Amino acid sequence: MKNRSRIQILYFLMAIILFAVGIFQSWNVALTIFNLCLISSIMTLGINVQWGNAGIVNFGVMGFAALGGLANIIISMPPTSNAWETGGNSIVIGLMILVLSIIFSVFMFKRVNFNKRIKYLISFLIIFVGYFIMRLMVDSPIEQIEAIEPAKTGYLGGFNLPVIISWPVGGLLAAFAAFIIGKISLGLRSDYLAIATLGISEIIIYILKNEDWLSRGVKNVNGLPRPVPYEIELQSREWLLETANILKIPLPEVSSIIVKLSYSVLFLLVLLVILYLLQIAVKSPWGRMMRAIRDNEVSANAMGKDIKKRHLQVFIIGSAIVGIAGAMLTTLDGQFTPVSYQPLRYTFLIWIMVIVGGSGNNFGSIIGAFLIWFFWIQSEPLGLWLLSFITSHISDTNLIKSHLLENAAHIRLMFMGIILLVTLRFAPKGLIPEVKR
Amino acid sequence: MDFLNGITLISNYILIPGLTYGSQLALGALGITIVYSVLRFSNFAHGEFMSFGAMSSILLCWLFLSLEINLNPLPTAIIVLPFAIIITIFYCILVDKIIFKFYRLQNSKSVINLIVSIGVMFFTGGLIRFIIGPGDKNFFDGERFILKAKTFKNYTGLREGLALKTTQGITIVLSIILVILLFWFLNKTKTGKSMRAYSDNKELALLSGINPEKVVLITWIITGTLACVAGTLYGLDKSYKPFTYLHLVLPIFSAAIVGGVGNPVGAIIGGFVIAFSELIVTFAYKKIFFYFLPNYLVPDGLLQILSTDYKIAISFIILVLVLLIRPTGIYKGKII
Repeated sequence: MKNRSRIQILYFLMAIILFAVGIFQSWNVALTIFNLCLISSIMTLGINVQWGNAGIVNFGVMGFAALGGLANIIISMPPTSNAWETGGNSIVIGLMILVLSIIFSVFMFKRVNFNKRIKYLISFLIIFVGYFIMRLMVDSPIEQIEAIEPAKTGYLGGFNLPVIISWPVGGLLAAFAAFIIGKISLGLRSDYLAIATLGISEIIIYILKNEDWLSRGVKNVNGLPRPVPYEIELQSREWLLETANILKIPLPEVSSIIVKLSYSVLFLLVLLVILYLLQIAVKSPWGRMMRAIRDNEVSANAMGKDIKKRHLQVFIIGSAIVGIAGAMLTTLDGQFTPVSYQPLRYTFLIWIMVIVGGSGNNFGSIIGAFLIWFFWIQSEPLGLWLLSFITSHISDTNLIKSHLLENAAHIRLMFMGIILLVTLRFAPKGLIPEVKR
Repeated sequence: MDFLNGITLISNYILIPGLTYGSQLALGALGITIVYSVLRFSNFAHGEFMSFGAMSSILLCWLFLSLEINLNPLPTAIIVLPFAIIITIFYCILVDKIIFKFYRLQNSKSVINLIVSIGVMFFTGGLIRFIIGPGDKNFFDGERFILKAKTFKNYTGLREGLALKTTQGITIVLSIILVILLFWFLNKTKTGKSMRAYSDNKELALLSGINPEKVVLITWIITGTLACVAGTLYGLDKSYKPFTYLHLVLPIFSAAIVGGVGNPVGAIIGGFVIAFSELIVTFAYKKIFFYFLPNYLVPDGLLQILSTDYKIAISFIILVLVLLIRPTGIYKGKII
């Protein structure tokens, strides 16, 4: 009961804050923040199901989000003319050869009885040979594809399907990656797992940055199609003109608010569906089992629960949710920029949201995402305001003052650190603690 | 002659850069390993501690230069290093007293400590950017090269040059001195022995009357020293940018894990393994083959195993491989 009133108060407060931004700053800003809050809260739900319910430390948020973004390109961009004909097939075959050689070497490693060192050597040789065959197959087609109008395309392009499809596909891509990563690293202790997932997510980003034939690399993919109409289109509609007249707001603003609102509706729908499913899962015997494994692996194992399998399962589910959110984020941005994926912004910030909101509580994760994202956006002006207040009695020509004001933007990293540390010290269970069952 | 040219080429592009980068990684990995073996958690804030050390060096450098104290032809950073170390140690101890101590006394799980260290990382990163700004700072002064490529070519008459930058020389020499000091301390002095005993078996060490607070204090003194020197050397070598240190944490962790977490020798080996494999895998072998093989056998193409863009990714790939094949690392580290 106490938790319920907390949820109500905090959600109400958050709504008031967002409304206040709408009224005092502008509705455009408020809706932008709201949309990103929604996406962040889906990401935190994904991490919360792993950390809060199963105790798995996944620091690979950035990589899964980026894979979701990649799904946008693959699904929604038009295929580059001639790219598939010049070399698409040989790239696919080359990659297949690499994958097959890896599968073959793993199979050989598991099935053949030899001295361990010889086995390692043979496996390594198989992968090495596979890699070189792949390079032979792939190198010149990649060059040819990247040479097709490099300023505009220079990549394979996508399937030209509606962009909404990329959200579930992003989830699938992330789930597939999570399956492989989980197979590799879930046996590790928690802090090794954290470092391993962080490392693998960096590898994913490096691939997306450098494989131009797939994602155009650092040249970015701009102009992704939208699931909602464009502002310009809206502005020629009759009903919009009338609304703008009635509300006495300039036309461009009304149209952009409507675009953002339609995004919000879509995101909110996804969030509610995922939240609903997760709530059912947490309350079900499955959720109970996950918590039992989290709290005591040994006794859960003694009760006949397959811990490795369950961990892998929950790792895939959580990562898929992050992938969906990543796809939504790229759709909202309308462009895919591999350089923008930074661990600070994607991995660690999401983790702060989960911890502050309350690990193990889905409603807590959501409010954590809303509050922290709001702070992350608003702490820049807040820091500036704070510093101008502190330095208000110092003359404007003072070097220290100008230096402080110049660097005020970076105070937000300090804010985030302090928020996390204070939460961990004084309210380690977060704003809305896990429900005791 | 071709043979000598080939050797020079390898030393210039693989050996010297590898030794330099390897020493920087090894110093960083030593810091992480020592915190891990005594305090039992992975310290994600170590990269920012290194950055903090480098920042203190830069600020002191500016101060010393404005007072016209310098050490030409050596960089000023060398004189300020002891003072910067003291500042970094002070900061580390302060952080421990305010933040880490609470969780140590509670016997928190290592994951909680890890998340706490992320909070420290955020705070320190913000503090550094707040003090010195996010921009690029070059604080190297003095003579740039110990050995110039052109001088080497003229002297030996070889076609390939061999260059040794001052920063590279300083990095290697300082790292060797620091590592010798560290091992002397850990193995020969009473305090060092008590520290090892504490990391080996905490309860037994407490029973034998070792003061835990003193051990922790010394741990942070060593960590601060290593972080400051590593950070300053890295900044001196590659110019200082605050955000690079966050990306440096991962190769350092890779080095520590590859060598075996908790084992100082392992950390050093791990650092060099990571550094050399980065260089070896991304090196274009065409020229080497040109010198070592008869002309008609030299293949086309650059003969790179992976393009240079993947340089840093290699440390993660090695990390994943080591975790797969031998999670304990090269030297068996501690697995708790």
